[in-house]
Amino acid sequence: MQSTDIGHPDYFHKVVDCQWACPAHTPVPEYIRLIADGRYADAYMINWKSNVFPGVLGRTCDRPCEPACRRGRVEETAGHTPEPVAICRLKRVAADYKGDVSARMPDAPAQRNGKRVVCVGAGPASLTVARDLAAIGYEVVVYDGESRAGGFIRTQIPRFRLPESVIDEEIGYILGLGVEFRSGQRIDSMKDLLAQGFDAIFVGCGAPRGRDLDIPGRREAAAQIHIGIDWLASVSFGHVHRVGRRVIVLGGGNTAMDCCRSARRLGGEHVTVVVRSGFEEMKASPWEKEDAMHEGIPIRNFLVPVAFLHSEGRLTGMQFQQVRPQVDAQGRRQLLPTGEPDIEIDCDEVLIAVGQENAFPWIERDAGIEFDRWGLPKLDEQTLQSTHPKVFFGGDAAFGPKNIIWAVAHGHEAAVSIDRMLNGENLRERPIPAPLLVSQKMGIHEWSYDNDITTAARNKVPWAPLEHTLNNIKAEVELGFDPQLAWKEAQRCLNCDVQTVFTLNKCIECDACVDICPMDCISFTANGPEAELRTRLTAPAQNRSQDLYVADGLKTGRAMVKDEDLCLHCGLCAERCPTGAWDMQKFFLEMVHAGPGCRTGEGVRRAA
Amino acid sequence: MTYLAKPRLHHPSLKPNAVGFTRRDYEGRISTLCAGCGHDSISAAIIQACWELDIEPHRVAKLSGIGCSSKTPDYFLGQSHGFNTVHGRMPSVLTGAYLANKSLLYLGVSGDGDSASIGIGQFVHCMRRGVDMVYLVENNGVYGLTKGQFSATADAGSKSKKGVLNTDSPVDLVALALQLGASFVARSFSGDKAQLVPLIKAAIGHRGAAFIDVISPCVAFNNHTGSTKSYDYVREHNDSVNFLDVIEGREPIEIEQPPEGVIEVVQHDGSILRLRRTEPDYDPRDRIGAMNFIARHQERGEVVTGLLFVDPQARDFHQHLGSVQTPLNRLGAAELCPGAAVLEKINASLR
Repeated sequence: MQSTDIGHPDYFHKVVDCQWACPAHTPVPEYIRLIADGRYADAYMINWKSNVFPGVLGRTCDRPCEPACRRGRVEETAGHTPEPVAICRLKRVAADYKGDVSARMPDAPAQRNGKRVVCVGAGPASLTVARDLAAIGYEVVVYDGESRAGGFIRTQIPRFRLPESVIDEEIGYILGLGVEFRSGQRIDSMKDLLAQGFDAIFVGCGAPRGRDLDIPGRREAAAQIHIGIDWLASVSFGHVHRVGRRVIVLGGGNTAMDCCRSARRLGGEHVTVVVRSGFEEMKASPWEKEDAMHEGIPIRNFLVPVAFLHSEGRLTGMQFQQVRPQVDAQGRRQLLPTGEPDIEIDCDEVLIAVGQENAFPWIERDAGIEFDRWGLPKLDEQTLQSTHPKVFFGGDAAFGPKNIIWAVAHGHEAAVSIDRMLNGENLRERPIPAPLLVSQKMGIHEWSYDNDITTAARNKVPWAPLEHTLNNIKAEVELGFDPQLAWKEAQRCLNCDVQTVFTLNKCIECDACVDICPMDCISFTANGPEAELRTRLTAPAQNRSQDLYVADGLKTGRAMVKDEDLCLHCGLCAERCPTGAWDMQKFFLEMVHAGPGCRTGEGVRRAA
Repeated sequence: MTYLAKPRLHHPSLKPNAVGFTRRDYEGRISTLCAGCGHDSISAAIIQACWELDIEPHRVAKLSGIGCSSKTPDYFLGQSHGFNTVHGRMPSVLTGAYLANKSLLYLGVSGDGDSASIGIGQFVHCMRRGVDMVYLVENNGVYGLTKGQFSATADAGSKSKKGVLNTDSPVDLVALALQLGASFVARSFSGDKAQLVPLIKAAIGHRGAAFIDVISPCVAFNNHTGSTKSYDYVREHNDSVNFLDVIEGREPIEIEQPPEGVIEVVQHDGSILRLRRTEPDYDPRDRIGAMNFIARHQERGEVVTGLLFVDPQARDFHQHLGSVQTPLNRLGAAELCPGAAVLEKINASLR
């Protein structure tokens, strides 16, 4: 294998599994250390810079960081089920205990740069674009059909998961930058918008159409059948206060979970979730399924809706076909009827949460924006630019329904594109972020991070009592960690950003690091092709998704090979190294956001 | 050197051996030696060897004297018996323990000061008696705990860290052991576990005095240019006479005639030592040949390593004494004081 180029910004970034997995690449271990240190406001600001909505995301994020967390791989021998650090809930701690951070927020610029950008929709993607651009002097206008900004965050996430005060606060920081929010104004023509002379247009209108289910009885019983996301919005705005006693929720995603839990709070005594697929294949996050079941909501799987049953214009129940999964010759999973008789479930109301679709009825097909055959805009995946150079897409409007953190990531990228474009720079040649590597050595066995590895299990977030939360749709279910629990949970973070950095010409091959490494990560051996090398290390490196760190050309002709997979970042290799060939260095990487840092100066050079 | 204990977590591929322990279970407390000390590598090799041999930790007694090397038994086999003796007196205390209870596996760990200076008399007699033990010297040629004076094993002409030349002749413990009748003699290097681990395993399987001299660089005081016990010097001058594979007794043995260049020695515990020669004329069953070979190569500045001598017909001290099968500490009053009639019989036989 070639010696590893640790100068490449991706190499150590990948080792920080959580940060690498996060679409916005938030420096997770850095803010977790700050939380452990009680510096909540500092932790919050790192988050705010990177993901814009720490308080919202700390309650609702899809958490791609947690399945990636190293803890889940190394805890196999800790005596309990391996579980990731509760990263998301720690983020909420930063938001809950930060105090007043208004003084740390950027001020609205005193002078504007004269460029005007418009955002369609006031959801997380648009608001990210607005924040990034307004803070550096752009005049940003945001349109939304609703009276208040937030989009999906405000209309669809139930209050018992996300209190309105959190939304108001974090949107307030953005609108406080001088963003002009034109509420209650739905854009109905892209051509008109283009004609208004904005320098750039960002479309962040989400995937607003809930998929319907066209089976017998749908029309006859229409009054008691609702599209999930529309119903959630009605609940959110207070238009719906009650639901029938017996409710069926169709679908296995997070929207279905929000629907069933909301129904449970609005008078639904017998709420049942019915899903076509199996429990494991459901799209809902595992913790959301758990929360629903904890509230006494059964989830029934492998049932395909056949018909809405009704009598005298009123819904009475639903009929389902029983199916079982089977894998066909191509390896695709199919659902085949079991042949057993259909089953009926009585109900008073049905909520359909079987998916969302993009809809752009307001974009004229001759406006210069091309769409693909699925009705999604044709975009450059990196720059998010559409076939119309001034129009950018992000969030669910770009590539179909995803989640808030992806919307934020899109927002940042689109803002960079717009900033570069309006400074006369090539959109595709974006600067790559420059990581900082700083030694953490303080003394012979002193490091400026806590390298004592705990084997404690993941801490549970306390819940408010069910009898309280089920009777009040605005009562938040999760209470969040208090500072003591947060400290305990923060101790579980392995500080994967504190990297093991190897200096070849200092190594005397004494084996001290090999002997001390608790996870047998380090080997000194003859170099070879990767696949073969992986089999003959001190311990086999079976996880191909994790890199080998190779430094070839030692005095004995061997190579140092370190398997990054299960490294605990305990620093014992560096403590045991007599020559300082191993050092623990903190890797800190912040993404390049819109502003002077994202520009390479070519626009200026060209103008001159 | 670290203040932190090694985390309990370990690699999931780490398997338990036949007695249910993983390699990590053979570890001891965290080492307080200098970072990079060769002694820590030797401890790791002992751990590996004991794990591979499925040794039950409570069947091992580890004894040592005084010095950096003699601290190390604290850092491996944390569940075994241990004894730190007075400086240089490990061999006699170990001999006593072995006489009283021959059922344990005795591991004597010593250093060049402990064995070649203050304890040389003890070393000599322990070897010639054939006490059934593994005598392991962690040899760095320097007094590390007193900050770097030459020890008795430092080669004449080698240089101290401060630049002083050593003019004294060295004590060669390997040559001594061969001359004194040790039935298993080896030399190795702490930086070469592939060689060291099989040697330790073979020594454990040997019945009789098994001596291993391990060159173990002192990173703090003897790892500089001019030293003959540094990582670089030993790597450059290492003349390994053979590769050793230890084939444990419980594995089926199929080979009748060893292939050319391979010597096989069957040990008392049924294990087979398979030696692949790297020096074509070297026969580790020839004591005098070994002594000559080592002396000649040492003269050229080479460090001869490998299994240097093994006596397949070795006998240990208890066999010399003709003592009973049962370990002495398990004999009861009835066996130890068989009564006047038996005494009378013995006396009669001597008249």
